[in-house]
Amino acid sequence: MKKIEAIIRKSKFEDVKAALHAVDIDFFTYWDATGVGKSTEKIIFRGKSYDTSKINRTMLSIIVRDQNLEKTINAIITSAKTGEMGDGKIFVSDIEDVYRIRNAEKGPEALYIKGEEV
Amino acid sequence: MKKRIWGIILLLVFLNLFQQNLFCQSVSQQEQASSISLGNTAWVLISTALVMLMTIPGLALFYGGLVRRKNLLNIIMQCFIIMLIISIEWVVLGYSMSFGSSEGFLKPFIGGFDWAFLNNIKASDLSPYAVTMPNARIPHVVFIMYQCMFAAITPALIIGAFAERIKFKGFVIFSLLWALFIYNPVTHWMWSSDGWLFKMGALDFAGGIVVHITAGISALIMAIMLGWRRYYNNTPTPPHNIPFVAIGTGILWFGWFGFNAGSGLAADGVAGNAMLVTHIAAATAGFVWALLDWFINKKPTTIGVCTGIVAGLAAITPTAGFIDVRAAIIVSTISSITCFIMVGYIKIKLGYDDSLDAFGVHGIAGIIGSLLVGIFASPAIQGSYQGFWYGNKHQLTVQLIAVGATIVYSAIITFLLYKLVDKFFGLRVNPNEENEGLDFSQHNEIAYNETD
Repeated sequence: MKKIEAIIRKSKFEDVKAALHAVDIDFFTYWDATGVGKSTEKIIFRGKSYDTSKINRTMLSIIVRDQNLEKTINAIITSAKTGEMGDGKIFVSDIEDVYRIRNAEKGPEALYIKGEEV
Repeated sequence: MKKRIWGIILLLVFLNLFQQNLFCQSVSQQEQASSISLGNTAWVLISTALVMLMTIPGLALFYGGLVRRKNLLNIIMQCFIIMLIISIEWVVLGYSMSFGSSEGFLKPFIGGFDWAFLNNIKASDLSPYAVTMPNARIPHVVFIMYQCMFAAITPALIIGAFAERIKFKGFVIFSLLWALFIYNPVTHWMWSSDGWLFKMGALDFAGGIVVHITAGISALIMAIMLGWRRYYNNTPTPPHNIPFVAIGTGILWFGWFGFNAGSGLAADGVAGNAMLVTHIAAATAGFVWALLDWFINKKPTTIGVCTGIVAGLAAITPTAGFIDVRAAIIVSTISSITCFIMVGYIKIKLGYDDSLDAFGVHGIAGIIGSLLVGIFASPAIQGSYQGFWYGNKHQLTVQLIAVGATIVYSAIITFLLYKLVDKFFGLRVNPNEENEGLDFSQHNEIAYNETD
């Protein structure tokens, strides 16, 4: 099992969600993330524009079985890309174990609903 | 038997007294009705309520939206506590010091204590003073109440300069002393019939000098003395709630009708003109700021429009009862452009941390309005007041002296008050409290709870 963490543009979130659903990745967590980096966002305050060091992005966290890793990553890369600097990054890491709280199922079968597996 | 007779006699005496009393009352009520103008009184009463709305919640929301979320309640509390303490101070001492009379050397500079605790003032008395209308014929108590709202909003304007870094205890004491030693004397100079600026013929319809210059200059001194907020780096901190700023601006605009149109203490043509120019000035200044934003920064901003509106309103305050609509458009345009340059460029060059631009907007607009009234005061509005434009060259000189004296006096006394309060109570919060946010460190509350 792998954890895929992706930092994407806020404006691309709806596209990425649709692309993930299209390849049957239906479960994931996301939240607003703020970071610092080379690019800046301009705000205007009382007649003067300023560079802020804040960069606002959306962060996704998806736990998938190994067999789904490739297509998930492809879906994110194709849907979140604009070609400009600041499109974001994807991090992949190993997951040791997964439990489903409802019935204490353990391992990969805790990640999908039986009968709907892909 | 004897007892009964005594009882009857007492009853008769009592009835007699009561009847006399009733009789007296009805006579005095008739007198009152004939001497007090009911229409004027009604309008000033409504204006009083409008001006109250400007401080809470108008200014509280306007300033509150511009600070970071951890300092919101501190701003709201400062506005409320000022309304509380200054109202009390006003009836205890303030009114007497501002509008009372004293003897000898101090007569043109400060009032005495004759009216402390509103001593000797009855509900049926006529107001002895009127700002510009000697025959306003409103009750004395109505005038006291109306002026009380002015006394309360003025120190509240300064909050913008030291927001996000002042200790609450020090702030309360500073505001009280500020009202006693700056607001009351300057009001006496300008609006009391003994005052030296009033005698000289200086014009200030609704408080450009008394309210905006005193507060604006003190704001500048306080911002310089308190120093930068931590992590400030000469760029503005992001405002946490711009809709609050918009609501606050709307309430300020609405309340300003009472502030300006009520200042003639009459419901007449001058009041109508004051309301008209107030409205047009706010609209013009807001629009000019939006255009400046549009041309210079490519996009018009909400905060820009709100700031422009306030700049226009502050500039029109001293001029509202003296100038016509054409002059109002000129005054507000000049004010908007100057404040734009002031907060966008000069503030950064000079490098003082006026958190919410209390000086850059209120102070500068007040100075511009107070000077331009010397140029544009039109005999078509009030026959006896003419400015430079209409041939009265003397008026501009008088305005210059009045503005200069107020600036110098406010600056010096604010500096002394800062030193005094800072020494005994402390004015700046410590770095830890500042990082934590003043809501929690000064009030043990937070504005937005994270948990249900």
